[in-house]
Amino acid sequence: MTLLRHNILSKSVRDQVLVFVLIISSLTTIALVCFIFLFLILESLPALSANEFSQWLSDPSWHPTEGQYNLYPIMIGTLAIAGGSVIITTPIGIASAIFLHYYAPTPVAIFFRRIIELLAGIPSVIYGFWGLVVLVPVIIQIAPPGQSVLAGIIVLSMMTLPIITLATETALICVPHSTIYGGYALGLSKISVITKIILPQAKPGIVSGVFLQTGRAIGETMVVLMVCGNVIQIPDSILDPARTLTANIALEMAYATDIHRSSLFVTGLMLLLSISCLTVINEFFKKNHHARTL
Amino acid sequence: MNFLKKIIMLVPYKLKQSHFVSSFFWMTAIMVTLLFFWMLSSIIGDGFQALSWEFIFDNPSDSGRSGGIAPILISTVLILLICSLTTLPLAIATAFLIAEFIPENHFFSIIIKRSLDILASIPSIVYGLFGNIVFCKMMGLGFSILSGGLTLACMILPILILTSEQTFRSISKAHRQGSEALALSKFTTLFQVYLPCAIPALTAGFILGLGRATAETAALIFTSGYVDRMPDSVMDSGRALSIHIYDLTMNVPGGSNNAYGTALLMIIILLITNSSINWLTQRWNHNLTAQND
Repeated sequence: MTLLRHNILSKSVRDQVLVFVLIISSLTTIALVCFIFLFLILESLPALSANEFSQWLSDPSWHPTEGQYNLYPIMIGTLAIAGGSVIITTPIGIASAIFLHYYAPTPVAIFFRRIIELLAGIPSVIYGFWGLVVLVPVIIQIAPPGQSVLAGIIVLSMMTLPIITLATETALICVPHSTIYGGYALGLSKISVITKIILPQAKPGIVSGVFLQTGRAIGETMVVLMVCGNVIQIPDSILDPARTLTANIALEMAYATDIHRSSLFVTGLMLLLSISCLTVINEFFKKNHHARTL
Repeated sequence: MNFLKKIIMLVPYKLKQSHFVSSFFWMTAIMVTLLFFWMLSSIIGDGFQALSWEFIFDNPSDSGRSGGIAPILISTVLILLICSLTTLPLAIATAFLIAEFIPENHFFSIIIKRSLDILASIPSIVYGLFGNIVFCKMMGLGFSILSGGLTLACMILPILILTSEQTFRSISKAHRQGSEALALSKFTTLFQVYLPCAIPALTAGFILGLGRATAETAALIFTSGYVDRMPDSVMDSGRALSIHIYDLTMNVPGGSNNAYGTALLMIIILLITNSSINWLTQRWNHNLTAQND
């Protein structure tokens, strides 16, 4: 009960029981993380030991039932769709946040913020559904087959826009007013104050928003499953269909057995590791920036 | 950011000063708003034709093409119920521990915070895989509402802990000092002082978590299953609303009419949860300022 010693004067029995229960229940959080990693690794071991490492990249194609496990096209598909949506969303999201905070009159800002909040809350399956029944027919008229990387990028961008907008806005709020007034006192125009004084100070918050949004775009399943066509190929243009890591799991898990099933867990493990890498890099950026400002 | 700077340097000085820049921001906002309303109007427009009382209280027939969604609503409610029964006590306990007992730079608190960060960033399909191994296979629950609910519980745990922790930290000094001056034990403080006064904010966080759980699809496909019959018990497989939409659009040709109805229902639920969160948070902030005065 070392934790108790510092914070409490009365050592009632009920308190000691309480702390014990609290510690046990908070241990579940840590245990959960360990279990998720542990079980994914355990389940993917059969496939990892059955195949050589290079097979995941160099097999002729992805036909798990015939022993071919080439994940390369699927990885390219994931990167194309997630990367495309991040490239589109980042400037729009930052611009929306700046609009919300510095350009919109109060009623418009309240209205716009409600819209962003609603966009953030709409279930991903509804985005996917809308993309499939409304957006894909529009794209078919431009260039068939419609279910394509482009459709995925557009719908994913709408989905991840609120993340970067809200993150940027939080960062903008934290910029100290004195520096902004200082900028205006020097006679800078509004846009110069924003680009030269506010954005540099808000940069760490914005960067972590971008990381958050990238993780979300890579991990999103339903939207890409529904609008991207799920064909295993390296897309030649953004009008081609593609399959992502997440969609691959969702599509094949229902009937997969043995090594095939295990190879799907390898896919899951890859997702988990890439997202964890993003989290770690984000932490590193934050710490780095913190050290520099100190 | 350098890229942005270069572009802005290319713009003539006069233009920078003029309404050009501000109109650019307005255009972005208008574009986002229009996209949102395009989406909303297409779902509301077609959804209203499908949505009716019969739709809510009927059983689905013809694999969901006609009929209603009554068993699906029941399954969804059961999944959410299991999910909240397991997470609520865990989340409040963990939040109370890190907010009240452990100093913020203590290693235990740092480990918990890191775990929460990782948990919050894990994609939902990975939770689905995890739930499939642990709850369906290892614990032998099979495809059931129970394993779906438990999987969702793992998923919303970080959100609930973070919001409850914020709430406990924002409880006013007066309450804190008052309870300490009376030499109340932490146990009494939690149940008699903190919980009663923090109820609105805790509820807001709870609704937020439940909203996430309602919206979730990928984690449920391999844990609670697809069966659209009325569940007899929590050990039965049950289909959630979101999976119903997914199944109708992807696997049932001609099912999009009922999918529109279900989507509209989900959006209505979302609107209700969103406004109740706003209302509760406002009340909490109002309470806080009243306490501090």
